[in-house]
Amino acid sequence: MARDGVEVSGSARNGPGSSPEAESAPLSPAEVLERVPQQAPFRFIDEIHELDSEHIVASYRFPENSDFYRGHFPGNPITPGVILVEAMAQAGVVAQGIYLYALQYSAEEVEKVVTVFTDANVEFSGQVLPGDRVTTSGRVRFFRRKKLRADVEMRKEDGTLVCEGELSGMGVPR
Amino acid sequence: MEQSQVMEGVVKILTPWVKNDEALQAVSLETNILDDLKVNSARLVDVVIAFEDEFDIEIDDEDVDTVNTVGDAVQLISSKLG
Repeated sequence: MARDGVEVSGSARNGPGSSPEAESAPLSPAEVLERVPQQAPFRFIDEIHELDSEHIVASYRFPENSDFYRGHFPGNPITPGVILVEAMAQAGVVAQGIYLYALQYSAEEVEKVVTVFTDANVEFSGQVLPGDRVTTSGRVRFFRRKKLRADVEMRKEDGTLVCEGELSGMGVPR
Repeated sequence: MEQSQVMEGVVKILTPWVKNDEALQAVSLETNILDDLKVNSARLVDVVIAFEDEFDIEIDDEDVDTVNTVGDAVQLISSKLG
């Protein structure tokens, strides 16, 4: 079977015997972003600022004309929590996962895998309004057997915490 | 560690992810973790990490593929405990 763990320092946990059999060159943030399958109007990453095997920092500005504001809520537009969780997952799980997969597998193999959301435990403490720019930071807890779990938080430009939690996803064949 | 103690630990770890309470009540070494207990396959990594923490062992990913039943898990953990 494929060995799914990668060597990362720090507290991320990847299991014994999990060093990559044939380590590949790391993808750049731009290369990772190109491979994130979600596209507009359901892409919630504008830019990846930092990325390595332990963490990611990405940002996104919610366009004021996003369609969901018409219904959430009429006359009082607020970014839905489920969209914020999706934004956290796209950075902390999907993009981070693509980076980690690419350390172990060929580009062709990476293309064959899509990361699906498996579970999350998220707490909200702030609101994101139309036009707000948010920064999402993720830190890998483990990447093992194609499952990635990360601690992820989202903050507004003034540093205000919007939401934080533990999110997981798993790579499955497309 | 006695096999019964390992079994008790395995069941305790699996319990939060079990979706078939009836199968859990009748759990035995032959009980299949995915098919009988209806544990989500995406939770297997969580289960393995919990085994490692609970029993202070390391489980290779290759070994995980041999675990289908509660008995398989008990056997694997017991072999690691020596």
